Formats: sequence, C-alpha cells, structure tokens
Amino acid sequence: MTGKGNGEAGKVLLAVRDLHASVEGREILKGVDLTVRVGEVHAIMGPNGSGKSTLAQVLAGHPAYTVTAGQVLYEGRDLLAMAPEERAREGVFLAFQYPVAIRGITNAYFLRSAVNAIRKHRGQEELGPVEFMDALEEKLRVIGWDSSYLTRPVNEGFSGGEKKRNEILQLAVLDPKLAILDETDSGLDIDALKTVAQTVDKLRRPDNATVLVTHYYRILTHIQPDVVHVLAAGRIVKSGGKDLALELEEKGYDWLRTEAAVA
Amino acid sequence: MNVIDRYLADFEAFAGNGASGAPTWLTQIRQGAIARFAELGFPTTKQEEWRFTSVAPIADRRFLLEHAPRSPLPAPSDLERLCVGVGPRVVFVNGRHAPGLSSGAALPAGVQATSLAAAIGNGVSGDLAREHLARHAGWHDSAFAALNTAFLADGAFVHVPAGVTLEQPLEVLFLSSGRPGADGPTVSHPRSLFVIERGAEAAVVETYAGLGDGVYWTNAVTEIVVREGARAELYRVQREGPQGLQIATTHSRQERDSFLGVHVLTLGAALARHDITTVLAGAGAELILNGLYLLSAAQHADHHTVIDHAQPHCASHEYFNGVLAERAHGVFNGRIVVRPGAQRTDSKQTNNNLLLSTEARADSQPQLEIYADDVKCTHGSTVGPIDETQLYYLRSRGLSAEAARSILTYGFGAEILDRMRRPAVRERLDRLVRERLA
Repeated sequence: MTGKGNGEAGKVLLAVRDLHASVEGREILKGVDLTVRVGEVHAIMGPNGSGKSTLAQVLAGHPAYTVTAGQVLYEGRDLLAMAPEERAREGVFLAFQYPVAIRGITNAYFLRSAVNAIRKHRGQEELGPVEFMDALEEKLRVIGWDSSYLTRPVNEGFSGGEKKRNEILQLAVLDPKLAILDETDSGLDIDALKTVAQTVDKLRRPDNATVLVTHYYRILTHIQPDVVHVLAAGRIVKSGGKDLALELEEKGYDWLRTEAAVA
Repeated sequence: MNVIDRYLADFEAFAGNGASGAPTWLTQIRQGAIARFAELGFPTTKQEEWRFTSVAPIADRRFLLEHAPRSPLPAPSDLERLCVGVGPRVVFVNGRHAPGLSSGAALPAGVQATSLAAAIGNGVSGDLAREHLARHAGWHDSAFAALNTAFLADGAFVHVPAGVTLEQPLEVLFLSSGRPGADGPTVSHPRSLFVIERGAEAAVVETYAGLGDGVYWTNAVTEIVVREGARAELYRVQREGPQGLQIATTHSRQERDSFLGVHVLTLGAALARHDITTVLAGAGAELILNGLYLLSAAQHADHHTVIDHAQPHCASHEYFNGVLAERAHGVFNGRIVVRPGAQRTDSKQTNNNLLLSTEARADSQPQLEIYADDVKCTHGSTVGPIDETQLYYLRSRGLSAEAARSILTYGFGAEILDRMRRPAVRERLDRLVRERLA
C-alpha cells in the first residue's frame, strides 16, 4: 500500500483491525482490516450487501450497529469509544447514502449549528449568521448552488441529486480530516457526478484522507484513488491500485467471490 | 339549583342589568341563544366531539360574570410583554373594553378597530354588526357558542373597508386578571367580529392572556368575514394563565377569490378547547390553517377544525403541529367537508405530534367527507418521540444529543412559524416559541 498524496507514506489516520459488527443480531462485518494514511484516497468497492454501508456507518457511530469484536484507531485514539458528535468534532465526516430530511430547520441554520459545534470544540469563536453566510458563499458556488437552497428545510423535498449535493456542501463547509462518502455517486447524473467528484478532489490535501464507498467505477475516473479495496461478505478480500477498479469494472465481482471462497 | 338553572338565573340578571339598552335584534338573538344552551347543556365525554375532553372543570364550578374591567388595570409592562408590536390595539380586560389601554394610532381613514359594544350602538357599524353578528358561528349546535351569544356584550370589532390595505397588523388583546373575585372565579364571554371588505388587505393579531395564576374561564367567539378578493391573516395567540380554562370558537367565511391565513399558537391554559370552522363560500378562495400547540405539565388542549369546501376551485392547506411534554395531552380533530358541486377542490391536511415524555399523549383524528368526485384531498398524521435517525444525523455533524433534540423540537414549531407572512409577527411569535421550548 502506498500513499502517493505527498510522495511518501504519511502517518496513519485510520486503522481498522479485525472489525466485526452486527445489526439486529445479524453479523454484517466479519473481520475488516483497513489502514488509511493522511493524503490518501481509498475506494471501497463491492457488491450489494457486502457490508460497505455498514462499515461507513460503524465508523460514524450509528447507534443501530453493534461492534462485537475488533478495534478502530483514529489518530491513534479509540474511535469506537467516541460518541457520534465527538467523532465529527475530531474531524470524521460521513456523507450519508440516504441523507435525512428535517422539517422546519433551514439548511443555513443546520450548517451553521454544525460548523459552530465544531468550532467551539476547537476553541474557535462561533460564527454569527452574517459571517457564516459570507464564508459559505464560495462553497455554494463550487457545488453550483444559489443561496435559495439555504432557506429550504434540510433535505425536505430535495431530489436525490440535491440531497447528495447537500452532503458535499456539508463536507466542504465542515472540512474534515477523514471524509467517508457512502455511495455519494449513486443516483447522480453525469453533471452532478462531475461536480461532486471535482469538489471532493479539490478538498484533497496532504493532511486529510477520503474513503469512497462505491458500487460503480465511474466516480473513480474523476477521483483517482490510491488504494482500491474489495469488500465481500463482510471482509476485505482484495486490495490493490486503481487498476483493480478497472478490473472490477470489466469482470464484475463474481470472480472475487470464488477467489475468496477458495482462500 | 342545577347548573342550567344557575346560568338561566345569571342570564335573567344580565338581561335586566348589564344588557339593557341593547337593540331588539340583539336581545332576540341572546334570548334564542340562552334557550338553546338550556336545551343543549354542557357536553360530556360520551359525545363523540368531546370524547377526549372533559369540561367538568367548567361545568362543576360556579363562575361569576364580570360586568366591568376590574381594577387594578394591567400595567404598561404587561401590555408590552403581550403585544407583538406597537401598532394600533384594542384591549379588553375580563371581557370588557379598556379604552385607556387601547390605541388607535396610525389607522387609515375608514378603518375601525374598536369595541363591539360601541359599534353596535353606532348607526353604520351597528348595521354591519346586525348583518353579521351571530350569523356565522353556529350557536345552534354548540353549548359554548350559545352561552357566549346569550351573554354577548363586548369584544373586538374590526372593519376594513373595500380596497384598503393595512400595513401594520391590528392587535386585539383579551386579558384576564386571573384572580378570583370576592365571590369566586369569574367568566368572560368575549365576542369579536372582523369584517374585511372586498379587495382589502389586513392582518389581525388576537391574543388571549391571563395575568394571574388563579382559576378563571374565558368563553370566546370570533367571527371573520373575508369578502371577495380580500386578503386577511388572523394570528390567534392563546397565553391564558396556568389555571385558566378556555373554550373558543373561531368561525370564518370566505367569499370568492379571497385569501385567509389563520395561524394558531396555543401555549396556555390548563384546559383549552378551540373549535375552528372555516367556510370556503366562494369559488377560488384559498385558506391556510396553520397551528402549533406547545403543552407541558398537565395541560390539555383540543383543537377541532372544520374546513367546509362549499364552492368549487377552492384550496385549503391545513398544518397543525403539537409538541407535548410531561403529562400534557393534545387533541387534534380535523374534518374536511367537500360539498356536492365543490369540484376541483384542493385540500391538504397534516397533523404531526412530538411526544417529549412517555406520559405525554396525543390523539389525532382526520375526518374526510367528500361529496364531489373531481377533488384532490390528502391527509396524514403522526404521533411519536424524536426520530432516532434525525437525531443521529445531527450528531454525526457535531451537534450534541441535547442540542440535536432541541433543534428537532424547535423544527416542529419552526415549520408552522415559517408560514406566517408578516415578518414582525412571525419573529415575535418565534421568540415566544423559543422561550417556551428552552
């Protein structure tokens, strides 16, 4: 595994060791190992039901999932011991596959509350509505939105594509160290996909990392991953460079299932 | 003496004393209404419409009628706290007009905002009162509206002439001292009439508030007439005292191509029942019926709404949200009637209730009666605690569980507040909601 983001292997940001997790008594993750270093972009691919979204949600702290074994270290700290809000404040961000709508709360209010919760944690001064809007303007432009999206209730009545863009807007505004994108590319048309990919690409820095959970190859033509993993039946069965993604695009996932079964 | 006889005796005393000098038409209405009340009696929980709301705290007590505002009058600071703005206002104390607290500042020529008692005695407005008063709110099938009509003496009278636009909202404030009189708790029967003429535009803020924490009863009726092409908004704020009892009827009638927004904010009273009946009586009329109840302790509030689509091509949008904490009980009953011939009706109703404790309770009942075939009617209601998925979503963005809960709770209120069109009123009520939820 190499990190080409800054030319040499950076320090480890996320270390997942033998992670087992279940939901409603059913084991979904059956021993996941994953190491993400700063400056890297990882793609986690795999067939439906392989546990990709579960892995993403467990990392963000979804209360419905129970970790039954294993360990996750984030910047050397026990991530699993942290509440979802602590993880967010420490720089973990999950772009939801199915973003949640919230009635009555405007997108602007929501975003500002999130930014201020994180700023407060960092010992920074909280932003007032006007300062916040100024800071937001450029980020809106990047994702191709006008401010009308800010006065609408969070994700309420948003199309699938709008919800995904809204996740990316949050990503841009919150500027996390570890961004996990859970199938942000599904359900997007070509233009929306390009916008999302460009935004994510622009946010790449030597001191942060991105984990793209995806079912499809196409987003990887816009964001070059350093490492591609294949998750099948709750375990990472193969890891490789970006060529692996291309191979998956051509051959599908079935050959890996056979390989995993043999191994 | 049984309950009914007591009210009959009170009526005799009232008719012979406080109500003397009334025009014959009014005397006749009052007499009809007291007779009807005697027939109906107080409702019981055996009646479908009153299944969830017991009026025993009213029926089992003796309430004395107030004849004049009791001193000391409310202080200016009370008014400041209870008014949403500094515009024109008409103030009533224990159901009677308090001219010294009222202000007619900045009213455009021809606009009347005054006491109903004064209006009835005046030639032109007297004719208007006669034309509309007790013609809309159905006292024939409501014991409480009948009782209010029997004891009809004073309340607010608002008349906005054709084509006039009122920039500032008009405020009507009904204050109850909330202190029992020498002989026990008191009742007032405020009666209001708002007539918005053809093409006129106006907003009225109607506030009911209690100043003390004693037992009292407010039995209010308001009739609203929105004439052809007029645009009106009613903001109805209920902030009765903690032991206050309120029964209220709001009845609106809309003519062709008119718009009416009725915004209800229910915060106070130990027991509150509000019957809202809106009649879309002219083609092309549009109604927004938008309400929020925030209850805690052992508060009980029951909103019964009827939207009567009597004519074709009308639209009604009804949204009621409830936030219920501690042992509070919210009741919502929303009836939508689409009359034969009311084609192309577009009607939408939602009632969402947030339960903040396991002892809080909400009952939600939609009732659709549709007698036309080319209509669009939808309804939906929810009752439940804070949504775990929403909570997690907010926490995953760095908000504490407590902050996330508070935002989600406020969202229930904000959704309703956002539909209020007058920014100054909305902001004031928004502050009230935030204070209440804090």
